[in-house]
Amino acid sequence: MNLLKLLDTMCPDTNSSEEKDMFFSRREAFRQFGDLSKKVAMAAVPLGVLSALPKVAKADTASLIGVLNYALTLEHLEYRYYQTGVESGVIDGADLNIFTKIRDHELAHVNFLTEVIGNVLMGTPVAEPDFDFTAGGNFSPFTDYPTFLALSQAFEDTGVRAYKGQAANVMESDVVLTAALSIHSVEARHASMVRRLRTKKGQDTVKGWITNGSIGSLPAATQAIYAGEENVSHGGVDVTALTGIDAAAVSEGWDEPLSKDQVLGIASLFLA
Amino acid sequence: MKNELIKPKGLVTNTNRRNFLKFGTMSVAGAGLLLMGCNDDDDMMPPMLEGVNLGSGDIGILNYAYALEQLEAAFYASVIAGGYFANASAEEKTIMGDLEKHERAHRDFFKAALGSAAIADLEVDFSTIDFSNRTAVLAAAKTFEDLGVAAYNGAGQFIEDPNYLLIAGKIVSVEARHAAAIRDLINPGSDDFAGDDLIDSNGLERTLGFTDVLTAASTYVKTPIDFSQLPS
Repeated sequence: MNLLKLLDTMCPDTNSSEEKDMFFSRREAFRQFGDLSKKVAMAAVPLGVLSALPKVAKADTASLIGVLNYALTLEHLEYRYYQTGVESGVIDGADLNIFTKIRDHELAHVNFLTEVIGNVLMGTPVAEPDFDFTAGGNFSPFTDYPTFLALSQAFEDTGVRAYKGQAANVMESDVVLTAALSIHSVEARHASMVRRLRTKKGQDTVKGWITNGSIGSLPAATQAIYAGEENVSHGGVDVTALTGIDAAAVSEGWDEPLSKDQVLGIASLFLA
Repeated sequence: MKNELIKPKGLVTNTNRRNFLKFGTMSVAGAGLLLMGCNDDDDMMPPMLEGVNLGSGDIGILNYAYALEQLEAAFYASVIAGGYFANASAEEKTIMGDLEKHERAHRDFFKAALGSAAIADLEVDFSTIDFSNRTAVLAAAKTFEDLGVAAYNGAGQFIEDPNYLLIAGKIVSVEARHAAAIRDLINPGSDDFAGDDLIDSNGLERTLGFTDVLTAASTYVKTPIDFSQLPS
């Protein structure tokens, strides 16, 4: 996402000269920081502009912080999982590039969300929780590669559903919505890759897309992650009846959201 | 009734002077896209019958998605009728067969949802794609899938109705799943499935605006597309 481009399209929608000054000074700060510390500036300043706009009232800011802290919690979980996995040596050498890339993306998401929450929306980013990826001794992801892959798929598919479920809750802010969508599709790419990798290794028969809400060969505890994915009706249109395409294929063609409570219920299995 | 999902009121509202003027500049910039009244000076009216107008507001965005899904569906219909598919591996046959169904389902869904507000069928032109050649087919598939993701990601901010935003969100992640799979077929086991050509240092995927997307698509679409009334 080109945040500079987005920034150029934004105008201070206010008659207050103080707010206009804040807008333009932040935009200028972004341009200057662009060369020095691109990563932080990219994250912080454009959204800082946003917080200067009267369009984003304090109550809305609090709501955005809440949603982004929820997203940050999930990104903490994913990053810690992959970082531990990469360090553990459990990953097949041939696949290490895949999981290093995913790890890097999750770390970038952690840093981006932390920056936005703390230095732009002036909220308090949630600290990283203590995780127990054995879920109370039930799984051994860092000594058993098939288990590592299985939980990876579970986390990625959950992430896709979690972001999707929050889109409407951040739509008041074009910049935050676009950022959230731009994370959402990255999680979907991860999910597709990990799912197909598991099938290539003979551990499952899943495709890159989710068929009929099936958990495949994942542990039964993951059922909540796929519940509802069998849906074939959207916006009042039964797509199976409309097209004559089989329900399995139609279910694959649309991913479904999960609510915050549903996702936190799933994630709580891995909280220490 | 399914056709009541989307009211066509967006077609008659939100057409203001600013968007009209914007259209004027775009018809110059995107000559391949908008061939309105180019070859007949005697025309009092542009030959609107030949082109489609996406409309404005949420209807316009949904027609934009419908146009892209028409393009993708037509592409995969050609893929599974072509020489590459006939000789493809079992895995690739499954993937291409799935993608053909998914995109056809998306296309037919948008048509039904839009009802009388839906644009006409687009005429496509895949003459530059050799459907007997695996490399050519996968390269085109990668272009279409990556473009679709960037298009949905870029259009989300212009959607006003949260229900439509959710529907777009349900589809875009599947397009991203497709894109990752196609990229892995091209370069197996690499990190191209979420490559640095698309994902920036904040871990955010590329977004594209209407002009960039439709300009890229215009290589494969003969029908002129008027998108001048889309939100901005």
